Amino acid sequence: MNQGGYSRNFRADFWDGMVRIAPLVPAVAPFGLVCGATAANVGLGPEAGIAMSVIVYAGAAQLAILQLVADHALPVVMVMTALVINLRFAMYSASIAPHLRGAPIPARLLLAYVLTDQAYAVSLVRYLDGKDMAPRARIWFYAGGAIEIWVVWQVATVSGYFLGAAVPDGWSLDFAVPLTFGALLIAAVRSRADALAAAVGGSVAVGAAGLPYNLGLVLGAALGILAGVLFGPAVVGKRERGGEAG
Amino acid sequence: MSALTLWLVICVAGLGTFALRASSIALMGRAAMPPLIARGLAFVPPAVLAALVFPGMAKLDGAILLAPDNPRLIAGALALAVAWVSKSMLATLVVGMGALWLLQAWL
Repeated sequence: MNQGGYSRNFRADFWDGMVRIAPLVPAVAPFGLVCGATAANVGLGPEAGIAMSVIVYAGAAQLAILQLVADHALPVVMVMTALVINLRFAMYSASIAPHLRGAPIPARLLLAYVLTDQAYAVSLVRYLDGKDMAPRARIWFYAGGAIEIWVVWQVATVSGYFLGAAVPDGWSLDFAVPLTFGALLIAAVRSRADALAAAVGGSVAVGAAGLPYNLGLVLGAALGILAGVLFGPAVVGKRERGGEAG
Repeated sequence: MSALTLWLVICVAGLGTFALRASSIALMGRAAMPPLIARGLAFVPPAVLAALVFPGMAKLDGAILLAPDNPRLIAGALALAVAWVSKSMLATLVVGMGALWLLQAWL
């Protein structure tokens, strides 16, 4: 493996990743604003608010921790809640790791640090579409998108912190999150087996939505994967779906 | 809670989250992946994305509402149909948010 040089087109791949993830920025930014504003409203100092976004870097978990801070919960509960909510990152890690394999270890740690729902979903869908995508291209593509989201998140949370109560609650901007993931979901379903995994995963997640710590998400995903593995081969046909989302 | 405790929570939660993120990415390349695991991983994107999306569209004000008077459900279904037909993220967003705002104004 050539460790010495970069892919000729690494800039193009990095840029491509940034462009592909751009439509998700309008969904991430408001969420970041809300996280920052919540940190301020709960009484965190600016250093702690910023630290949370940099060190934890996970919106749902950050909000959960902030809620628990407001509730005066035990610190160990805060940590465990955050980790359970973030369990899905282990799934993303396992799923995307083969595509990031060529990078040297220090780079891989950075790539892991910026792993988010968006970076994962956009990259995986791109890899599914571009079956002949070179390993280096995959790495740079992921890096472009993931780093963009990281920057957006930091700017949004800091802005939200100092805007505080001025962050608007209305407009239902949070609906943009399931919308963008919905588009990625459609692109990710490329066979009836995939559709089965999605149907089971989504239905279980809805049924288990009442579970705490986002456990419904993990349960849904796990059962969806199981359904795909167990019943996928029994489902007729694997149709190629061409085209890309976005 | 004290500032020290808060910082400890942030650091431990952060380290733990990083460990989850790095779990496979850091170790990949050491061991060959068992075929069953590989088959399972192929279903991670559709299963996880559905588990993220369905509750988001089925909930109104925090509770599941699978009824026609949930504007998010209608707008979401419409948006998914648009995504299927157009393969366009932008179209999905525009139609989905537009439908939601319209329905919220009417209902």
